[in-house]
Amino acid sequence: MIDSEKNDETRRNFLRKLCYSAVLAFVSPSLVMRGKNKKIVEWIIGENYNPYDHYWSMGIDINKCIGCGRCAESCKIENNVPKEPFFFRTWVERYHIYKDGEVAIDSPNGAINGFSKVVSEKSLEKSFFVPKICNQCDHPPCVQVCPVGATFKSIDGVVLVDANYCIGCRYCIQACPYGARYIHPVTRSADKCTFCYHRIVKGKLPACVENCPTQARVFGEFKKKASPIERFRRMNKINVLKPALNTEPKVFYANLDMEVK
Amino acid sequence: MKNYWNSIPEQVKRISILLIVIVAAFIVIRANLVPKDFGELGHYRTSAIDEIIAQNLKYGGEILCSECHDDVAEKKASSFHKNVSCEVCHGPAADHADDPDSFTPTAPKDRDTCPICHEYLQSRPTGFPQIISVSHNPFKPCKSCHNAHDPTPPETPKECSACHKEIFSVKSLSHHAFVECKTCHKTKDNHRLSPREFIPEKPTSRNFCGQCHSDEIVNNDEIPKISMTEHEPKYVCWQCHYPHLPEAK
Ligand code: HEC
Ligand code: HEC
Ligand code: HEC
Ligand code: HEC
Ligand code: HEC
Ligand code: HEC
Ligand code: HEC
Ligand code: HEC
Repeated sequence: MIDSEKNDETRRNFLRKLCYSAVLAFVSPSLVMRGKNKKIVEWIIGENYNPYDHYWSMGIDINKCIGCGRCAESCKIENNVPKEPFFFRTWVERYHIYKDGEVAIDSPNGAINGFSKVVSEKSLEKSFFVPKICNQCDHPPCVQVCPVGATFKSIDGVVLVDANYCIGCRYCIQACPYGARYIHPVTRSADKCTFCYHRIVKGKLPACVENCPTQARVFGEFKKKASPIERFRRMNKINVLKPALNTEPKVFYANLDMEVK
Repeated sequence: MKNYWNSIPEQVKRISILLIVIVAAFIVIRANLVPKDFGELGHYRTSAIDEIIAQNLKYGGEILCSECHDDVAEKKASSFHKNVSCEVCHGPAADHADDPDSFTPTAPKDRDTCPICHEYLQSRPTGFPQIISVSHNPFKPCKSCHNAHDPTPPETPKECSACHKEIFSVKSLSHHAFVECKTCHKTKDNHRLSPREFIPEKPTSRNFCGQCHSDEIVNNDEIPKISMTEHEPKYVCWQCHYPHLPEAK
């Protein structure tokens, strides 16, 4: 009897302390987070950019890609993506389709150093490069699964990550069917292509498009204004990756082979 | 009232007080935890966008370079490298454009940079100019013969293989190894200078292949013969035989 009373006492203490610490833990960061707010109106005026006037998309022409990997390299530089392999916002894959039906795909270090020749005894049916990037889905599965609202589709159609709000739970990485996300080893938050959002609001092209030597990548408005995407979609048979998932990507491929996943 | 309160069993009272406390705590904590600007535009913080666009630029973009280097830009604009942006070769130079005196971009003067794009790879699209750097004028830096801003070769490439390397190497191992490209493709010399404006001709009819392969031609050469009227007359020959690698199997 005495024993159980004592037990009760400590349990109460424990609960009380738990409450205090929970309150402390929740309240303090939310105090810090305040004060940074800036209204959307100020933003539009400040940057002279109105997100309601834009809707962004990208076109990739497989027949023009020479596999130089300048897109992947400049993306890493522009966006402080860690230099080690496995961290990529965009990368280039090489497909070898052999006569016997075998498909070999490689992407040495995401192609940031380009490709070197492969030697194979088997006879080749065809071979080509496929640049990959976040597909900026109109129905983004990564946004749906984020438990805190740290990844979202902006007004102008770009899927962004709020790195300061992300809790690093990796749900979005699991949900992305294109493997376009990774955890940044320094910030420990999810990271991915933003179409170089900080560049496009200033009227510049994304780094990968700026540095593509053959116009294999084109960038522009989707249905809102005249842009290179118009002709790209009119002149080419357009495909998207994994159309069956209904993610409605805004990265369009021309001359995409059926083997590409 | 008091009666009513007393009539509630003790455990229910306690549990409902606890419940009220929990709900209240949830509301208070949530109000504190969710940032003020959350949900203004959607299920996210508005200020996240400010934080994202605050990121520094590394690449200035070619338009910016052209403002000061108009001579280089003009030269490049009419050359083979018109679509190759300045910073592909010179590296990120937004800092340089802001303050040209403090930051100087580098220029690739070795033999390693150009082959990233120009080394022969099977996967590259046909028509793209390619070299094999170990055998293409070795040991001299590329810039001793090619101006990077207008790389037109010092002499017009004589060989089709310069830009159609993959077709060339496939053909050179095939039965057509000794049939010249020009036998089948009437090619103006200008094609090698402005390839997309002067497109070579391609064979258009079965009779073209028949010149060598028709069994009506009677001579003693080694060329295998077929009957033009009986050998698959419904199709043109290259629907079945790849002309650059015409294996009969
Ligand atoms: C504000 C004018 C300005 C802009 C914009 C500018 N530059 Fe320059 N650049 C200069 C000046 C001035 C020099 C000469 C500096 C020197 O000799 O130290 C120079 C020199 C250079 C050099 C030669 C360095 C050397 O080794 O001699 C390169 C390469 C270069 N710029 C590339 C670029 C690129 C690429 C851009 C676009 C991102 C750019 N510049 C934009 C003014 C500019
Ligand atoms: C294909 C790669 C390449 C591209 C694209 C390129 N450059 Fe260069 N650039 C070079 C190389 C290589 C040199 C060194 C030339 C030398 O030392 O003879 C150079 C030299 C320069 C210089 C030094 C002075 C000179 O004229 O030799 C300037 C300035 C310059 N580049 C500016 C630019 C600008 C501006 C652009 C874009 C409009 C540009 N470059 C695009 C490769 C390139
Ligand atoms: C980022 C890729 C890239 C780099 C780096 C690059 N080039 Fe090019 N180069 C191109 C493209 C694209 C073309 C145009 C091909 C076309 O018109 O189909 C081209 C064309 C050429 C041609 C024309 C060949 C012909 O006869 O058609 C030469 C020569 C050339 N480059 C030399 C160089 C040299 C020398 C360098 C190094 C200073 C260099 N390139 C660096 C992409 C590149
Ligand atoms: C000694 C001078 C010289 C040097 C050095 C040189 N080239 Fe060339 N290059 C030529 C000539 C001449 C041609 C045209 C004739 C031919 O096809 O070989 C040419 C043609 C080319 C072409 C067009 C394709 C072709 O074969 O015709 C490319 C691309 C090219 N060179 C790239 C390079 C690169 C990259 C380097 C450096 C690794 C380089 N060149 C170094 C003289 C040179
Ligand atoms: C300077 C580089 C270059 C050289 C040298 C060159 N070509 Fe081309 N060729 C191209 C390009 C670029 C294309 C267009 C490829 C495309 O857009 O699909 C092309 C296309 C072609 C086509 C296809 C035309 C069509 O209707 O699809 C043929 C055939 C052809 N070339 C034959 C030749 C022959 C034969 C030679 C040698 C006498 C030769 N080429 C030399 C660059 C070159
Ligand atoms: C025996 C005749 C023949 C010879 C020799 C030949 N071709 Fe062709 N080539 C054709 C025919 C026929 C086509 C059209 C194929 C088609 O439309 O399916 C063609 C198509 C092409 C094309 C465009 C389609 C493609 O496959 O990319 C290019 C480029 C080309 N040839 C380049 C060359 C070059 C370069 C050579 C020399 C190395 C060459 N050809 C030698 C008959 C020939
Ligand atoms: C200039 C003459 C010439 C023309 C034109 C020509 N060929 Fe040939 N063809 C040859 C010769 C020579 C051989 C190889 C004989 C040998 O193997 O010794 C050959 C071999 C072949 C073979 C047999 C390969 C085998 O496995 O035995 C086929 C199939 C063929 N050619 C198809 C074509 C087609 C299709 C065309 C039209 C696009 C064509 N040829 C145009 C000269 C020609
Ligand atoms: C419908 C597909 C088809 C078309 C179209 C076709 N061929 Fe063939 N060809 C074949 C097949 C299959 C063989 C091998 C089997 C055989 O010997 O009949 C062959 C064999 C050949 C051979 C080798 C014969 C030998 O004795 O070794 C030659 C040469 C040839 N074809 C030339 C041509 C020419 C020239 C044309 C156009 C006038 C043409 N073919 C159109 C399917 C085709």
